[in-house]
Amino acid sequence: MADINLSRITKCFGDYRAVNQVSLDIADGEFVALLGPSGCGKTTLLRLLAGFEEPDHGQISLGGQIMASPENGIMVSPEDRNLGIVFQSYALWPHMTVARNVGYPLEVRGLNRAEQDRKIAEALDIVALGPYADRSPSELSGGQRQRVALARCLVMEPRAVLLDEPLANLDVHLRETMQQAFLDFHRRTGATMIYVTHDQSEAMAMADRIAVMDKGHIRQMAAPETLYREPADLMVAGFVGAGAVLPVQDVSVGSNGACSVQLGDARIAARICPKLNESQTNVNVGLCLRPEDVWVTDDAPLRGQVEDCVYLGGRFRLSVRIGEGHSLPVYANRRARIGEQVGLKVSDGWVFDRMAGEAA
Amino acid sequence: MQATGRLRGVLPGMIAKPQGNRSSDRLLYWLVVPVFIISILPILRLGFEGVMVGGVPSFDYFRDVLGSSSTWRATGNSLYTAGLGTIISILIGGSFAFLVALTDIRAKAALVFCFMIPMMIPPQITALSWVQLTGPSSALLNAIGMAPPMGSPQPLYSAEGIAMLLGIQHASIVFLTLRANLRMLPREQIEAARLAGARGGRLWWQIILPLTSPGLIAGTAMAFVTALGNFGIPAMLGIPAGYQTLPTLIYQKLAGFGPSVLGEVSVLAMLIGAIAICGVALHHRLLSKRDYRLMGMVGRPLDVKLGARRTLVETTLWAVLVGILVIPLLALFTTALVPAFGVKLTFANATFEAFREVMFVQPSTIRAFQNSFVLSVGAAIVLVLLCLPLAYVMVRRPSGVTKLINLLVEVPYALPGVVLAIACILLFIRIPLLDVSLYGTLGIIFIAYLARFLVIALRPVMNSFTQLDPALEEAAQACGAGLSRRLRDILLPLAAPSAAAGALLVFLTAFNELTVSALLWSAGNETLGVLIFNLDDSGDTVLASAVAVLVVLVVIALMSCFQLAARRLPKGVVPWQT
Repeated sequence: MADINLSRITKCFGDYRAVNQVSLDIADGEFVALLGPSGCGKTTLLRLLAGFEEPDHGQISLGGQIMASPENGIMVSPEDRNLGIVFQSYALWPHMTVARNVGYPLEVRGLNRAEQDRKIAEALDIVALGPYADRSPSELSGGQRQRVALARCLVMEPRAVLLDEPLANLDVHLRETMQQAFLDFHRRTGATMIYVTHDQSEAMAMADRIAVMDKGHIRQMAAPETLYREPADLMVAGFVGAGAVLPVQDVSVGSNGACSVQLGDARIAARICPKLNESQTNVNVGLCLRPEDVWVTDDAPLRGQVEDCVYLGGRFRLSVRIGEGHSLPVYANRRARIGEQVGLKVSDGWVFDRMAGEAA
Repeated sequence: MQATGRLRGVLPGMIAKPQGNRSSDRLLYWLVVPVFIISILPILRLGFEGVMVGGVPSFDYFRDVLGSSSTWRATGNSLYTAGLGTIISILIGGSFAFLVALTDIRAKAALVFCFMIPMMIPPQITALSWVQLTGPSSALLNAIGMAPPMGSPQPLYSAEGIAMLLGIQHASIVFLTLRANLRMLPREQIEAARLAGARGGRLWWQIILPLTSPGLIAGTAMAFVTALGNFGIPAMLGIPAGYQTLPTLIYQKLAGFGPSVLGEVSVLAMLIGAIAICGVALHHRLLSKRDYRLMGMVGRPLDVKLGARRTLVETTLWAVLVGILVIPLLALFTTALVPAFGVKLTFANATFEAFREVMFVQPSTIRAFQNSFVLSVGAAIVLVLLCLPLAYVMVRRPSGVTKLINLLVEVPYALPGVVLAIACILLFIRIPLLDVSLYGTLGIIFIAYLARFLVIALRPVMNSFTQLDPALEEAAQACGAGLSRRLRDILLPLAAPSAAAGALLVFLTAFNELTVSALLWSAGNETLGVLIFNLDDSGDTVLASAVAVLVVLVVIALMSCFQLAARRLPKGVVPWQT
């Protein structure tokens, strides 16, 4: 196991910069998710890390050893990096049994037969596939195949496990089970894991930290709760979690990061992003509201019109329109009529520069 | 994967980008060297003859040859017969491949087994047997009293007759390439289409055909190029009718001799090479737009239920086989049984004397069997070993060099065998630097075979590498497997069916090959093709037919061995095994 450092990595395909000046430090044993819409460069970043692609600029190091540095002419090939990878398509070899698939890294490393068998059995036990050792991969279900792929990573005791949208081909129930399997795996092995996904709930559920990527850049790298509560820019606020970003004026900054803003007829107490300095407080300021922080009450000064109402089991999610064209998701305990006027009480919000990150 | 998959569609440069600058990868490029020596150098040497007149560079040969109307008439004839023949090959080979691979017809193994046989009969024997079958002196028709009257025209002595036999001869090529492709087709994709409401013709036309188009295009290109270079059939059918194609024109030029022969032949060879390259370039252009890597597991093969029509389909397939295989073979066999060519066969005069003669009296038969066997098995093994890494480089690490190689390997196959033979003689009569001559040894035939059949072994392997999910290899790479290890453990087993299909094609084609060895053989080094040709040429048609029958029997016996061993071999190694 080892920590991973990426410094100013750039990778171009023709004129297109798939990854642009990305720097990233991942600690030993950390579970990091690379999250972003498709085409944001997250898979390319993973492939750069694995060594399937060579960066055009920058440096990648693993546990202090330089893996790729075009400036110094260094490029360690994927087979010498000792990184495990799990593909979306599983990439199990159809001509080998489950056991041989799992044991292949050991076979390559030339371990003796008995040692191989022991480790294969161990790895298959961890993913609960012991009885399937002699099956052919084509006889397994999707989830089982993915667990075989995971076991194959496990036996080689890699420095890190890279996962490329591993759950994208599975159904919802299986996804939850597999998420749990990945988490258990992470706890048992303490492996550094880098997980590429476009599904924010998947990333939030598993990762210690999430790097949100867009157009080849990392927009924000933080713990899931920080990402959710304190998004750095509009893209992150919109991509991670439900909620809305509303334009606000008249920001008055208090102490300890507190502030208050004017939204419609209401004065709202919120937290302010430290990067937002005094001079900016009245242009392009956004207020990010999460549904948990907004309550429906009849006597609040902030009024809105119910546009939509969906039952989620236990509670309702309303979409409430306030002002010109801005809608807000809100949880409520009772069903609301479409078109009904409701009052909203806001208990918390996050104020930040709406144009942050847009220049890049 | 989704993101990269999408990008691959948008950015064509992405796959083309070589991965890394690893030394093991650079070693792969050394493969280009033997390919260059065996398949390109001889052609260049011959090309040199075409642009040098009396030791001075000149375009005189070009002017003479390209200015002659017979050149263009022969070119037109070649395109017509090869084109029409290819269409016939696609119709026969394509429908066999689809029906065998995708439907629930019975006795598939037997059908496929029989369908492979026409390809093994040398073209001139095919032509001979069909001429004997349909002409006034047909031993078979005479025996059953149905021969046309003496002096009536032979219907096969025509452009369409040539095209028909070319089509039958090369149908197996389309069949094998397409079937290798169909084996990789996951049934989910067809089931998805059926659920989407596609049925019958729509399912075939909109889903199965596009998905299998890489195999279909590759098979078409191979059948066309093979037909273009075919000498035996247009020689047997065209020359009596005064109908010239480019290969027969070259042959007649060579027969004429004279000081300018080599130069003119060289220019004609360039012309036929250019046509072949155009065909192949078109094939690659068509294929480059289709990155149909079939994702996921290849599950159980598809079995479209034919229902009530099954018996009809089965009957039709077997009837076609009887028409293209059984009847010509019967004609060949009856010819081998008559006491002398042209004599009417009866139960009283049927004799196995010809078989006794070739097997026990003439030592050359056994020798020719040995030579052909060693040459064709050797060529098949060497070529497959060369083609696996070569196809890998060409598919996964494409560059300007590999693209050029891709076109150039096609040339020795497209050129008529006689031309390749002359090129080899010119180059190897005295090898530069080593100062040894390969002429008069089996070695020169072997090298010519390697050059000629490289493309046959290469295409199916390339085809299967193109369809392989790259993640399968990347997963092995992440496991620590270096390039040679990945080739051996992952790529080779997955490409084995197509490699075996390629090897088998090489073996079968080389076993009966005539046109290359016709100029390269020497006493003691004759091949089966040469033996049959020499016997037939000297008027011993009956003996020639006997040897041909023996050849067919030996090949069928060998195929049966493969068939029996199939259960012990990895799945899919024997190409006709379902």
